[in-house]
Amino acid sequence: MRRITRIATVGLASAALALSATACGGKKSSDAGSSTSSSGTKEASAAIAYDIGGRGDQSFNDAAYAGLEKAKTELKIKTAEAEPTEGESEADKVQRLTELARKGNNPVIGVGFSYAPAIKKVAAKFPDTTFGIIDDTSQTDKNIANLVFNEEQGSYLAGVAAAKTSKTGTVGFIGGVEVPLIKKFQAGFEQGVKDTNPNAKVLSTYLTQPPDFSGFAKPDLGKAAAKGQLDAGADVVYAAAGLAGSGAIEAAATAGKWAIGVDSDQYNQPGLAKYKDHILTSVTKDVSLSVFDLIKSVKDGKPESGEVRYGLDKNGVALADSNPQYKAMADVTAAVEKAKADIIAKKITVKTAP
Amino acid sequence: MKKFDKDRLLLAVAGPVLALVSALVLTVIVLAASGVDPIDPLRIMIDQAGYEDIQVLIINQAGIYYLAALAVAIGFRMNLFNIGVDGQYRLAAMISAVVGTAVSLPGPLHVLLIVVVAMLTGAFWAGIAGALKARRGVSEVVSTIMLNAIATSLIAWLILPKNFGVQPAGSNDLTTGDIPESGWVPSLSLPGGDIYGFTFVAFALGIVYWFVLNRTRFGFDLRATGASESAAQASGVDAKKMIMTSMLISGAVAGLTGMPLLLGESHTYNLSFPLGIGFTGITIALLGRNNPVGIFFSALLIAFIDKASAGLDQNGYAKEIGTILQGLIVIAVVVSYELVRRYGIRRQQQKVGEELAAGHALKTDNKEVAA
Repeated sequence: MRRITRIATVGLASAALALSATACGGKKSSDAGSSTSSSGTKEASAAIAYDIGGRGDQSFNDAAYAGLEKAKTELKIKTAEAEPTEGESEADKVQRLTELARKGNNPVIGVGFSYAPAIKKVAAKFPDTTFGIIDDTSQTDKNIANLVFNEEQGSYLAGVAAAKTSKTGTVGFIGGVEVPLIKKFQAGFEQGVKDTNPNAKVLSTYLTQPPDFSGFAKPDLGKAAAKGQLDAGADVVYAAAGLAGSGAIEAAATAGKWAIGVDSDQYNQPGLAKYKDHILTSVTKDVSLSVFDLIKSVKDGKPESGEVRYGLDKNGVALADSNPQYKAMADVTAAVEKAKADIIAKKITVKTAP
Repeated sequence: MKKFDKDRLLLAVAGPVLALVSALVLTVIVLAASGVDPIDPLRIMIDQAGYEDIQVLIINQAGIYYLAALAVAIGFRMNLFNIGVDGQYRLAAMISAVVGTAVSLPGPLHVLLIVVVAMLTGAFWAGIAGALKARRGVSEVVSTIMLNAIATSLIAWLILPKNFGVQPAGSNDLTTGDIPESGWVPSLSLPGGDIYGFTFVAFALGIVYWFVLNRTRFGFDLRATGASESAAQASGVDAKKMIMTSMLISGAVAGLTGMPLLLGESHTYNLSFPLGIGFTGITIALLGRNNPVGIFFSALLIAFIDKASAGLDQNGYAKEIGTILQGLIVIAVVVSYELVRRYGIRRQQQKVGEELAAGHALKTDNKEVAA
């Protein structure tokens, strides 16, 4: 009986502690709840909400971050960022965008197509704020800018480069998650390889199936998939898999084969510096440019609205040539340049689905 | 007996409280060790919970978690580990969204159809594991985990545009098409946002759960089988039938997990439909000790950590602090429940010993409790 008293005391004391903690929070928060709208500042500020993987994925999200940073230094504005949690629902996205808009950020940019329904809802609530959505044109409004890219064109060039560089005639494509967006990368890449070398073999693998988006976030998955393709004879591996792609690059570099990066110029990514000699090139998707352009347009008082398309012609998608070894391969770069010219001249139409 | 119950209640509450407090303390230690201000993030989280819109998010999320945890708890009471709630609710949401889009019925009937289809799908998927267990003795832990993976692949295939999926023009998403408005469940509009109508159904289901388990013959059979399968069998309970029925019910409730979102928010099953709720449900059922009230508070707590930690990002802290807190809660729960259980047993033995020594008859109702 005495023991139960002791345990009860401990229990009661800790319960009281927890209760008092919540109690003092409660008082404060009810004030805060009413004063949220007044916290908006006059100072110009732009915000981005990241896609799964978040900042530090050395790829898609980091590209958006680069655009934001550029705007911060060149346009002298404040910035804000927010990251998603895995397994969240639409309500959380709405909440995140609302929070960013309410704090006076303009524009607010959603990185990735999964923000589309949420952007539509929040944009209607904040008519004076410009919203940007990357990779989606399905939700439109006066104050929504749809920033989209011709990923298949850049991937086509990667296919040309891969086919020209490969000695075994087998190349690999690794997609993060099997969604229509990544299938655009696959379609362009496969077409580029086949047009260059009809006998070449393309091994295509996807890391996860939706709604499991860890295929964009887990490098170990990318590494395992790349190993499989290398074992099957591939000597160039192109990974369109966000952060998971860094695993593929690691595997290819360790095996002494070529990797092709995606979204950012991964040769220049500090996180991948160890493997950079094996990063042949990267299909850049200039998300940073699109983010910067949108922020600048808002600052200039002429906010972008509707579809803003970035293709090979505007260098919105491109093939990076920062690896000197790649630049030295004259026949490869020549073939890539020719293909690029043909696409811009519309002599080649790249498929958007495999 | 009554006084003894009070005793047990105290022990029952001591477990979770001990777990929560030690999880909090451990979190503070982790934060301090990594050079982060240990108190400020927690204060921000509590601040966050004061906002009306966050409160709505918490309630809605708690409703979703509640359903998942109930599904898990039904299995737990039977000593069945239904790890497959995750796959069950996702498949159920997807199939019911397809059906809901395809038909057009007057309001309540439409909703009812969607809900019934979801329950049947969930029950069917869990039933596979149940049948395997009852007929072949396959461990339900293994089979339900594998069925999760199969459900993921099945959904990915079903949602392809050539099957049941739709790719809206200009979108990179895949959906099952939009459910017509007659299939929506109205939400309760508050200043902070909308509370899904189905959230109330979720909490009401807790009452049904309590009633069925504690006030019906079936519930008694289920608890008896959970406590000792052989003893239950000896007293005339058909254990195989119980395995099958409880898996089916667990699956049917799991099938409801996706409903608040489907009927109240997205009105379609798309690629960003949340996953992992089934696993959080396991944590919540554990923390709530399979008790409908306990589960309610644990669901609220986990939802609070989820939603309040999201705001840490914008205040210069990592929102993963919330994940650390949740993880530590799980460990602390397991440890503290075991400690409290052992303590309870030891104390009971001691009491019996004392009374025997004192020459008293073994009467339970003259025990005094100091608390």
